[in-house]
Amino acid sequence: MSTLASLLLIAVGSAIVNNVVLSQFLGICPFLGVSKNTKTAAGMGGAVIFVITISSLITGIIYKFVLANQFLLNRGIDLTYLKTIVFILVIAALVQFVEMFLKKQIPSLYQSLGVYLPLITTNCAVLGVALNCVTYEYNLLEGVVYGFATAVGFFIAIVLMAGLRERIEYNDVPKTFKGTAIVLITACLMSIAFMGFSGMI
Amino acid sequence: MSIVAIIVAALIVGCVGIILGFFLGISGEKFKVEVDPREEAVLDVLPGNNCGGCGYAGCSGLAAAIVKGEAPVGQCPVGGDPVAAKVGEIMGVAAEAGVKKVAFVKCAGTCEKANRDYDYMGIEDCAAMAFVPNGGPKSCNYGCLGYGTCVKACPFDSIHIIDGIAKVDEKTCKACGKCVEACPKHLIELVPYEAMHLVQCSSKDKGKDVMSACSVGCIACHLCEKNCPSDAIHVTDNIAYIDQTKCTGCGICAEKCPKKIIL
Repeated sequence: MSTLASLLLIAVGSAIVNNVVLSQFLGICPFLGVSKNTKTAAGMGGAVIFVITISSLITGIIYKFVLANQFLLNRGIDLTYLKTIVFILVIAALVQFVEMFLKKQIPSLYQSLGVYLPLITTNCAVLGVALNCVTYEYNLLEGVVYGFATAVGFFIAIVLMAGLRERIEYNDVPKTFKGTAIVLITACLMSIAFMGFSGMI
Repeated sequence: MSIVAIIVAALIVGCVGIILGFFLGISGEKFKVEVDPREEAVLDVLPGNNCGGCGYAGCSGLAAAIVKGEAPVGQCPVGGDPVAAKVGEIMGVAAEAGVKKVAFVKCAGTCEKANRDYDYMGIEDCAAMAFVPNGGPKSCNYGCLGYGTCVKACPFDSIHIIDGIAKVDEKTCKACGKCVEACPKHLIELVPYEAMHLVQCSSKDKGKDVMSACSVGCIACHLCEKNCPSDAIHVTDNIAYIDQTKCTGCGICAEKCPKKIIL
């Protein structure tokens, strides 16, 4: 299979078929917390795309050249078990840096997504993508495409959710189901709907 | 695992941490942006969970909105009154949630004072009264039914049916408003804890009908309205209502009321 075709397969597979929120259940916190209206949800989705794409590149480099480098492996020292803690460190620092950089250099972009950046610092979707890249043994390019597509999947899920929640506001929901309860039920139904994609690839 | 592997692992994680720390420290200085100092002060007193309960994207979003004046100082649902007070101090605004309130039942028609048309032996629930003749056994169609829907709604056990009408225990009442919502007759109101004078009746009937139904009903004689020196009492729809913001607590209304229903 050509490289392009395999990349496309990774992209479609991670954005829709194995949607990060609705079938892998990662990143549920912002999915429920910041999906009250479509505009903020889109902002959050944009920030997640931005952070995951960069972090999958950086963690890929760190993994390849620091934790799993040939020099150490040849001497019988396998440091790959450190990936979780190192990735957390790197991602947290990266998000902080990106936030500072945007605040200074591109204030308009910071205004539109900067406030959501601290929320993603230790988002499990970001860490999950970095760890999955290792598990699936993706190379750097595949890892970045996988990260980007996963984040697009998150964007799709959170914007759809926000749209639904805006409609739910006007519905006559029974008192016991008001608030988070009905949102969880909605998320559940969305998840079942997305199961329709399974088996596509 | 050899001791070398442990040392190498510790070194690598330590080095990554130190490098990132230095990198962030340096870039923090380099990319410093001047912000409104009040915004940081507000952010410091907010809980910092970034829960989003306020409707903004995290605590910094709320802090920015408060400084801009778009959000009230008490917007944070997690911090509650203490945080609101601190934020108010920074912003130079008094926190609004200052007045302590209690629930108050606007009816004094106990078993002896209010007449009954018949004896009721059915379900003990005020909401059920909508389905029995004349809206319940009481002659007055506005008064407290005394079947305890508010008692069941109260989460603090501070409202009880005493002598046929609901009574609020002012010491334990937290003014949560559950009883206000529950009462099908809309008799319960949240009033300031310090309120000195309150009208213990809700009947909108004409004076003659009130007289025949209850010995402690407002007959809309307007005596309190005429005698109030601070224009705090007004009789509308045959019932006196005291505006607590104007009431000075002089007590003339309570003295003049022929039915003695002003507390």
